[in-house]
Amino acid sequence: MNNQRSPDPATKPLPHDAARLHVTGTARYVDDIPVPGDCLHLAFGLATVAHGQITALDLSAVRAAPGVIDVLTAADLPFANDVSPSIHDEELLASETVHYIGQPIFAVIANSHLAARKAATLGRIDYTERPAILTIDAALAANSRFEDGPRIYGKGDAEAAIAAAPHLLTGQIEIGGQEHFYLEGQAALALPQEGGDMVVHSSSQHPTEIQHKVAEALGIPMHGVRVEVRRMGGGFGGKESQGNALAVICAVAARRTGRACKMRYDRDDDFTITGKRHDFRITYRVGHDDAGRILGLEFVQYARCGWAQDLSLPVADRAMLHADNAYLLNHVRIESHRLKTNTQSATAFRGFGGPQGMVGIERVLDHLAHVVRRDPLEVRRLNFYAPASGDSVEGGLSAPPASGRPPEDILSKKKPGDGDLASRGATGDMAAEGDFEPGEDVQTTPYHMPVTDFILHEMVDRLVETSDYTARRAAVAAWNAEQPVLKKGIALTPVKFGISFTLTHLNQAGALVHVYQDGSIHMNHGGTEMGQGLFQKVAQVAAARFGVDVAAVKITATDTGKVPNTSATAASSGTDLNGMAVQAACDTIRDRMAEFLAGLHQAKPGTVVFSGGQVRVADARYDFAEAAALCYQNRVSLSATGFYATPDISWDRIAGRGRPFLYFAYGAAVTEVVIDTLTGENRILRADLLHDAGASLNPALDIGQIEGGYVQGAGWLTTEELVWDDAGRLRTHAPSTYKIPACSDRPEIFNVALWDQPNRAATVYRSKAVGEPPLMLGISALMALGHAVAACGTTYPALDAPATGEQVLRAVQRVQE
Amino acid sequence: MSISFLLNGETVTVADQPATRTLLDWLRDTRRLTGTKEGCNEGDCGACTVMISDDRGHRALNACILFLPQLDGKSITTVEGITGPDGELHPVQEAMIDHHGSQCGFCTPGFIVSMATAHLNGRTDHNDQLAGNLCRCTGYAPIIRAATAAQDKPIPDWLAPISVSKISSGGRPKAGGADSPPAPYQPKTTDDLARWYADHPDATLIAGATDVGLWVTKQHRDLGEIAFLNGIDDMRAITVSDTTIRIGAGATLSDLWPVMATYHPDFAEMIRRYGSVQVRNAATVGGNIANGSPIGDSPPALIALGATLHLRHGDTRRDILLENFFIDYGKQDRAPGEFVEAVSFPRQKDRLKCYKISKRFDQDISAVCGCFNITVQDNRVTGARIAFGGMAGTPKRAHNVEQAIIGQPWGAEAVAGAWDAWAQDFQPLSDMRASATYRLDVARGLLTRYLLEDLGGTTRVLEVRA
Repeated sequence: MNNQRSPDPATKPLPHDAARLHVTGTARYVDDIPVPGDCLHLAFGLATVAHGQITALDLSAVRAAPGVIDVLTAADLPFANDVSPSIHDEELLASETVHYIGQPIFAVIANSHLAARKAATLGRIDYTERPAILTIDAALAANSRFEDGPRIYGKGDAEAAIAAAPHLLTGQIEIGGQEHFYLEGQAALALPQEGGDMVVHSSSQHPTEIQHKVAEALGIPMHGVRVEVRRMGGGFGGKESQGNALAVICAVAARRTGRACKMRYDRDDDFTITGKRHDFRITYRVGHDDAGRILGLEFVQYARCGWAQDLSLPVADRAMLHADNAYLLNHVRIESHRLKTNTQSATAFRGFGGPQGMVGIERVLDHLAHVVRRDPLEVRRLNFYAPASGDSVEGGLSAPPASGRPPEDILSKKKPGDGDLASRGATGDMAAEGDFEPGEDVQTTPYHMPVTDFILHEMVDRLVETSDYTARRAAVAAWNAEQPVLKKGIALTPVKFGISFTLTHLNQAGALVHVYQDGSIHMNHGGTEMGQGLFQKVAQVAAARFGVDVAAVKITATDTGKVPNTSATAASSGTDLNGMAVQAACDTIRDRMAEFLAGLHQAKPGTVVFSGGQVRVADARYDFAEAAALCYQNRVSLSATGFYATPDISWDRIAGRGRPFLYFAYGAAVTEVVIDTLTGENRILRADLLHDAGASLNPALDIGQIEGGYVQGAGWLTTEELVWDDAGRLRTHAPSTYKIPACSDRPEIFNVALWDQPNRAATVYRSKAVGEPPLMLGISALMALGHAVAACGTTYPALDAPATGEQVLRAVQRVQE
Repeated sequence: MSISFLLNGETVTVADQPATRTLLDWLRDTRRLTGTKEGCNEGDCGACTVMISDDRGHRALNACILFLPQLDGKSITTVEGITGPDGELHPVQEAMIDHHGSQCGFCTPGFIVSMATAHLNGRTDHNDQLAGNLCRCTGYAPIIRAATAAQDKPIPDWLAPISVSKISSGGRPKAGGADSPPAPYQPKTTDDLARWYADHPDATLIAGATDVGLWVTKQHRDLGEIAFLNGIDDMRAITVSDTTIRIGAGATLSDLWPVMATYHPDFAEMIRRYGSVQVRNAATVGGNIANGSPIGDSPPALIALGATLHLRHGDTRRDILLENFFIDYGKQDRAPGEFVEAVSFPRQKDRLKCYKISKRFDQDISAVCGCFNITVQDNRVTGARIAFGGMAGTPKRAHNVEQAIIGQPWGAEAVAGAWDAWAQDFQPLSDMRASATYRLDVARGLLTRYLLEDLGGTTRVLEVRA
């Protein structure tokens, strides 16, 4: 067995498995699935006040509207009225109190999508309005929060270290939220089955969550609900929990009517109803020396979570877990406030709090460099963790046994949280066993995890060289000395992102693989495809295990009836977890085939080779199909499940101690920008990215994640501005007002490279997760804009995000004062 | 209502559909052609892009805000028709696969149709051709690589012969039975429209539907009686005489672009950023004026050029200065039954600069649109026409600023001397696009930009390279 480095074909830059379907318009999304002729369509009637008691609900005009079949309110729900992924605080239909503008109050069932949408606007709802808490300041004033008080992580003695330091630096940054703007809006289709069972097609990253919530709402066991997800038209975290409401109401309506029921949000409804990335305010107090070395650091992070808990606790945790990014902080205190407001319930978004935490520390480094008058890159390097030492690969040269399990004590100590066990919103006790005070020679994160794989020194060295950073920084200074109106800026920022679900028990995956008698292979696993190329990467693993062409592997829709108890495809974990599970299933079948064929030829099973579409045993060669047929005829089972659980992770999220992550993924980016000091208009001119995907399973798909992640991250920090009015109404609720990057916003010069060294941790083919980390390369754009603004004066720009033209102009005016 | 068109080469006659049925809904729900996607239902994302062909050529348009009657006599090519009859791939499809241009794939059909249309038209300005197609996954780089790789490949056989000559239009759409929706009016000449509209002054006139489309798809408004103007060829003309440039109200922004590129290049540069290809192919100059929006981009430019608006009611015509058309927010100087027939402005030495300030450069509504037309002789300002969008309830001239600089030596002092005049001219609002303070600051800054550009300075971030 050779799995230390990726053998052919696991590393080919093959196109996305559905690319041909995409370009011909034949890839099916939920709304494209053929439905029975009598399929019904649903739409929600929405709250129009941000906080209030419903005093009267007159739906007569809704019922009388053309095409309306029925209208459902909370009173019509037969079982659980709850679509929360965490603590049962999210009603499907508001029964008494509304908590934000856009909260569903009733559901229209009509004979067309348009009829349902039209009727949904006709409800007459009276409220007794209550004061709405909309902002971080208002929430703090009212002590409106989740959890009893702030969560605090720390190491050393930050207060004493800051007091003893030669210099003190303080500051604050506001970081806006972000709308996912998946191109395919939320959608679900429920098909009633015999005996009260339900089949649901959902555009969801978390089919098991959908299954669980639908089963609760129908009052049946999970075995009565089957959820299928072939693909999503984008997810980005927005389809981890936000699809629950559509799937559940469709299932309830399908049960009630006996007919297929479909729901998709119009884009404006999607913006208005669903959660977004959490906006944050981060304040900092830094004790430092003359050179810019951080001696002590205190962060306070304020997260605006919206009205329901959803996944906000682990999001805010991850923000704390990335408050160090790439920097050694020996004396650090991180305080995190999870604030409850009468706005959409903020939810998962690529990076899951990590990006906000990382912006906080990058702002500190940038600010620090400004006050000590050094190139920010020098100050960053000065504070980096120490380079990894020793062997480049931990744990020997082979992947771990696929059945590797976490320490038993973790499983035995796990208690069900108050919510869905398979959701990141679950809050089980996770007090970890063992001593997390490592030896003195080991550098640790603020949560006491040793950093043993730190490769940013080498990566940054290479990027400085390939991007010509030093000369370009000088050229930028020369330009700025010359030009009165347009100023340039350039910045290099690093990324260190922790890989694993921080709710440790979610780090498991299952797979189901069949080999048919013609040698074709059916592959299924718990991961979902949202464009990231997971299915193709995992299919490449399966093909490699059997030594066949990837075309022999049929990729099939995620299906809770095939692989149960799946975790969300989230936390960048898709390939790490499902690739290992599929590998295990394939190896089980392969070992059975090898054993049988070896017996036939009086050879040892270990000498049977699966390669090039053939199986070689002793002097014999079989086509893979021949070998499969032979095994079938000799009653060898050609179907197997596979399972994987990430080893070695365990931590205590309350204390903030332990090893939440199996490993870190790294990256670095240089961005150059130009700003107009008369209008604040700004543009990214060039970006150079170097990203660590381990030994890439598919360099083409990984580069796609990196390019796309960078642009999405840069968009978050520049043009993508969410605006709520004083009543709590989201004013940017469509692409006409909310501006994601367009074609010309990508850097004109855009150089992207893979670091391409094997993961030190024993992951599938030594690859690394690549879904979320590249988004944070976009932070370099914000820092470059700050650099350009700084050229206009002497004070620190303290640019907030998103750095719209207006924010940039304001910052220019500040530094010119 | 009965209309006919070609759909992927096949002649289709549609009857008994409401006049405001969108092409997108009809394709997906009635024809089950689900390759064309709904991403936003307001013409801003391009996932529903289709190619419309007629004797004026091939155009990419957003199917979500195209009403079926607008397609009478035209040829529609959807993504299903971009693919060859036996499943052969178009060069842009092959390139998108080879260059990894799709990830989630949902925006991809719209990109494919935009790319194939640009390919058919020989366009290689890919950033502009694809500005109306949003992608959230790829960061666009692989899509542009694909477009570039395909640009020199031959047009495939199955797309080359698209022709609409064999369609016989359904003609004047007729009302069906008693239960059928009322047939819209589809005049062929301006005279016909004038006569009909004088008798039906409460009717809704629809030209490109880039605005009215949203009244239907988002606001669910009942439009009452409707006239579709896109069949009126004689209202689309743009004529350039020795003294005047006259733009028919039915001219699209795409029609206007090449003319402005010749006479007022900075106006053309603004049009390049106006909406997107799909929007400019539909939106008309007349519509951009007649809807009275304070944030339309062409009125400030036209006002700065001294434009006259040509209104018509029946056989009666009336000319007013364009700036006087806009009375107040939502209120224009237009009588019932009267419509915009054309707009014209005098030929002049080009001194026009158009500054469109928005959160995003492409396909974004302006927070502030400032258009400056300042004449200078012997280093003294001799004339100034400055007009803004986004600074008031209507497109509006900056009269006080103009007066403050006219007669002054052209330089920084004149700009500084106008400082207070800006606040006299404009008391802008704060909204989701920008605050009032920012708008006023930007307006002031743009006069400085105009001066610096006159002095040869580099002032536009779009002109800077790394």
